[in-house]
Amino acid sequence: MGEDALYTIDNVVPPNPIENLLRMDRIPHIWCPGCGIGTTVNCFVRALQTSGLDLDKVAIVSGIGCTGRVAGYIKLDSFHTTHGRAIPFATGLKLANPELKVVVYSGDGDLTAIGGNHFIHAARRNVDMTVILINNMTYGMTGGQVAPTTPISATASTTPHGNFEQTFNLPFLAESCGAVYVARWTAFHVRHATKSIKEALAKKGFSFVEILAACPTLYSRRNKLGDGLDQMSYFREQSEIKNGADTKSVALDFEGKIIIGKFVDIERPSYQQSMYDHLRKKLGDQYIPSPEMKNVYGKNGN
Amino acid sequence: MAEIPLKKVKGTVVIVDERCKGCGFCVEFCPIKCLELSGQYNSKGYHPPVLARKDDCTGCDICGMVCPDFAIYGFMKKKE
Repeated sequence: MGEDALYTIDNVVPPNPIENLLRMDRIPHIWCPGCGIGTTVNCFVRALQTSGLDLDKVAIVSGIGCTGRVAGYIKLDSFHTTHGRAIPFATGLKLANPELKVVVYSGDGDLTAIGGNHFIHAARRNVDMTVILINNMTYGMTGGQVAPTTPISATASTTPHGNFEQTFNLPFLAESCGAVYVARWTAFHVRHATKSIKEALAKKGFSFVEILAACPTLYSRRNKLGDGLDQMSYFREQSEIKNGADTKSVALDFEGKIIIGKFVDIERPSYQQSMYDHLRKKLGDQYIPSPEMKNVYGKNGN
Repeated sequence: MAEIPLKKVKGTVVIVDERCKGCGFCVEFCPIKCLELSGQYNSKGYHPPVLARKDDCTGCDICGMVCPDFAIYGFMKKKE
């Protein structure tokens, strides 16, 4: 803090707006210089602050990986789970305490490779949770191996001659499995991403936000794409906002155009709502839901 | 038609030098380019940013939003 800090009229320097939601004893974080994950955490914390949610009833669940560290840095109820199992833990959390707002914050490898099946079925059931997926197109923490999200022809430590596997188109995967909110942004589009996360948090059902972030150490450097700043400039120049675009057309190419925007925003009864309504209909007064369950899902007078 | 002068918003930034990892996001993405990487080093050997053109800063906090290390934030100053 330099002398500029004392430059205000009444000499009051406001504190960093996001520090009250971060575990400052753990900062500085482990992410490399130029990594986009910290930027997405900024967006997420600002979205939480403006969402109007009761922050005592928000739980963050993360898996393993660079992005999996987020749960440890955010000063809310948070849970750092086993590899790939963030969504099952979050489902259990939401079923046990329906009053919680459960947010899964994890990486592409954790959520769609190791935990791919959980992702598919949580979207199919429309479990009431928000999934924020940070896609850095590789396995950053373990040494840059090829991931299901690595673009074709990109080099990874396990594909020295370039990747030849078909790449996952995550918004299409989420939409076809039944997610009610699907959006994709990049770490450069901070304002858009913040607004989108805020919308996703307000949504009932499985809401999914993919944010592209650079991995300068293990993806960009190996592919000779420069450092984190060059990747952010690439996001700025090659992104095209197409809200409502067909998710089939938004697949990612190596250094190609990135289609971003809000693709899906529909209404569909969530898993818990369907369960409540179904059991209430079938069992009548014999169905005794927990008070929290009744409080959250029994709004229709039954 | 007389030109109506735009009211200029004044702001400033707070930089926590020791948290900075010198990625340069704030310098590159500042909408009015009022930041620069300093010639000084922090204890880890990175160059933190400085507010080089402090009269231009509007306190829009874009630097605070793109900073991955929570090392900078902007705020608007109260009117005199």
